[in-house]
Amino acid sequence: MKKLLKNDAFQTLIASLLCIVVGLFLGFIVLLFINPSGAASSIVEVIKNFMHFSSGKLRLKNLGNTLVKTAPLLMCSLSVLFAYKVGLFNIGAAGQYVVGSAVSLYCALALHLNWLLCILLAFVAGAIYAAIVGVLKALCNVNEVISGIMLNWIALYGANTILSNVKEPTSPYTLHITGESPSSLIPSLGLDKLFNNNSYVTIAIPLAIIIAIVILVLLNKTKLGYELKATGNNKNAAKYAGMAEKRNIILTLMISGALAALGGAFLYLSDYEQWSCSQSSVPGMGFNGIAAAFLGGLNPIGSILSSYFIQHITNGGAYVDLTKYSSQISDLISSIIIYLCGFVFFLKYAISSRLEKSEEKRARKAIADHEKGGEE
Amino acid sequence: MLLLLQYTIIFASVLLLVALGGCFSEHSGVINLGLEGIMVIGSLGGALVMRFFPGLPPFVMVIAVILGAILFGVAYSCLLGVAAINFKADQTIVGTAMNMLATAAATVFVKAMNTAANPNDVSASIQYIEPKKSFLIKIGGFEFNWFMLVAIVGLVVAYVVLYKTRFGLRLMACGEHPQAADSVGINVYKMRWAGVLISGVYGGLGGICYIMVSASEWKFDAGVYGFGFLALAVMIFGQWKPTRIALTALLFGLFRALASVYSGIGFLARLNIPSTVYNMLPYIISLVVLALTSKSSRAPKAEGIPYDKGQR
Repeated sequence: MKKLLKNDAFQTLIASLLCIVVGLFLGFIVLLFINPSGAASSIVEVIKNFMHFSSGKLRLKNLGNTLVKTAPLLMCSLSVLFAYKVGLFNIGAAGQYVVGSAVSLYCALALHLNWLLCILLAFVAGAIYAAIVGVLKALCNVNEVISGIMLNWIALYGANTILSNVKEPTSPYTLHITGESPSSLIPSLGLDKLFNNNSYVTIAIPLAIIIAIVILVLLNKTKLGYELKATGNNKNAAKYAGMAEKRNIILTLMISGALAALGGAFLYLSDYEQWSCSQSSVPGMGFNGIAAAFLGGLNPIGSILSSYFIQHITNGGAYVDLTKYSSQISDLISSIIIYLCGFVFFLKYAISSRLEKSEEKRARKAIADHEKGGEE
Repeated sequence: MLLLLQYTIIFASVLLLVALGGCFSEHSGVINLGLEGIMVIGSLGGALVMRFFPGLPPFVMVIAVILGAILFGVAYSCLLGVAAINFKADQTIVGTAMNMLATAAATVFVKAMNTAANPNDVSASIQYIEPKKSFLIKIGGFEFNWFMLVAIVGLVVAYVVLYKTRFGLRLMACGEHPQAADSVGINVYKMRWAGVLISGVYGGLGGICYIMVSASEWKFDAGVYGFGFLALAVMIFGQWKPTRIALTALLFGLFRALASVYSGIGFLARLNIPSTVYNMLPYIISLVVLALTSKSSRAPKAEGIPYDKGQR
C-alpha cells in the first residue's frame, strides 16, 4: 500500500478523483440551495448523461454526441498541457481554437476545399496565431497569459466578421456544410454505424486519440521534447547548455496553437454545430481544455479520460430539471474542479512528506532498537 | 466630443480601479489573474442591491451599491488568498479557475433567482434602469457619474497608502523580498492577505462601475469582456505605480470609448471603418503597448512565488 501511495501516477489519480468527488459534491450543495426538492435527481442526471435515455439506441446516439465534442476538448487540453510542460500557460488556446474554427469553416463554406485541406489550413493558421504569443514572450518578455487573453478577443471579433460572409441570410448561424460542400466534411469511415447512424461521429475522434499518443511520445521519448522541457524548467540553464531557448518558446506555442486549432476544425467540420456570428463571448472549449489538462494530471493519456469526463458532465447538464435549474451547473462544477486542481500539488506534497516522515521515524526506531540490542 | 470625453473618463475610471486592485495584490507578491472574476462577482453584489432595494433615496443608493460590490468582491478574493497564500497553489491556475467560476456561479445564481420570481424567465440578466439614475448628475451636456469621484478617491488612497504609510511600505517589501521582510518581523502571510483583500475591494468596485456604465441591464453569462485583463495590461504599462497607472488608464479608456461613440463623431463615422475594428482596438493597442514596455519591467521581484518560511 505504501509503495503504491509513493507512486506519482497513483497520487495523481487519487488527487484527480478527489477533485471530481468534491466538485460534484459542491455542485450538489449549490443545487440544494437553489431548490432542495430536485437536487438529488438533477445531480444524478448530470452524472448519467446519455444513460438518461432508456432505449439502447438513443443511448448510443447520445454517447456519440458526447464523443463528437470530446475530440475538440481533448485537442484543447493537449494544447494547454503541451505548453504547460514547457512552462507556458497557454490560455490563448481558446483564441487559437476560434481561429481554427473560423479558418476551417471559411475554407469549407466559401472555398469548398477538401476536408484534409481545411484541416491543414486550420492547423497552420493556429500555429501562426499562437506564434504571436510566442514572439511576444520570447523577444519582448510579455506575459503569455495577458497577450493570450487579448488575442482571444481579437480572434472572436475577427471570426465573427469573416464568417458573416458565409452565414445564413436570416439567422446569425453559418451555413450547413452538408448542403454547401459535402466533400469538406470529415469522413466517418463506418464509425457512424457503431453509434446508431450518428453521422457526426467521424474519424476526428480516433485521430484525436492518436495525436494524444504522439504528444506523449514527443514529450517523453524525443530530443525535441527533452529540449523543450528543459527550457521550461530553467530558461537560463537551457541557454547555457546550448539550446535555442527563444526558438523553443516560439516553437512550443506554435505546436500548442496548432493543436487547439485542430480542435476547432474537428468540431465544425463534422457539421455538429454551426458558428453563431453574433456571439459575444469566447467559446468555452479552450477554457474547459485547461480544466481537462489539469484534471488529467498533465499527462496526455490522463487528458483523454479527463476530457471525456468534463464533456460527459457538460452534456449531462442539459438533462437537469430545467424548470428549476440551469444547464450551466455543469460549467460551475468544472470550474470548481479546476480551482481544486490548484491544490493538487499541495496534496501530493502532503502525502509524500507524510510518508517520508513515517519512514524516517521507523528508520530511527530501527537504529534505536539495534543499539539497544548491542548493549545487551 | 463631450460624449467622447465623458466615456473616456468613465471607462478610465473602471480600468484605474481594477488596475489599482491588481497593483496592491502584486506589490504584496500575489499575481491576481482572477481580477476578471472578482469584477463579475462584485458587479453581481451591486446589482443585487439595486434589484432588491430599488426605492432607496439616491445618496443611500450610491453608498449601498458601493458597499454591496465591495463586500462581494472581498469575499470572492478570499478564494485566491486561501489557495495562493495558505496552500501555495499555482496562482495562474487559481486565477483562471476564479474567472470561470465567477461567470458560471453568477449565471446559475441569477438564472435561479429569475426563474424563482417568474417561471417563464430563464434569462441571466438583472436590469437597473431606475436605480442607475441615482449615480448620474447632469452638468450641461456632461453626465457626471459618482464613480468618477470614487476612482479619484481610490487613486489618492492607493498612492498615500502605498508610499506614505508604514503598512504600504511593508506590503511592498513582501513583494520584493519576503525573506528579508520576514527577518525584520513582518508577517508576510498577513501582508499578502491584506494585498489580496484590498484587490478584492478595488476589483469589486471596478466591476459594478463597468456594468453600470455599459448598460442598463446586465447579462451575467457574458462576464465582463476581458476588462479585468485589460486592467492588468494597464497596470503593467503603468509599471505598478498608481500615478502612471492613472495616465495609462486614460489612454486605454479613450480607445474603449471610441468603440462606444465613434458613430456619433462626424469624421470617424465618415471613415467608414467597420465596428469590429473599434471593438478590437483596445485589445490590439494593449498588445502593442505590452510589447513595447514589458522588456524594462519593474514588476515586484517575488510576485507569483508562494512564500515558504523554511526556504532559504
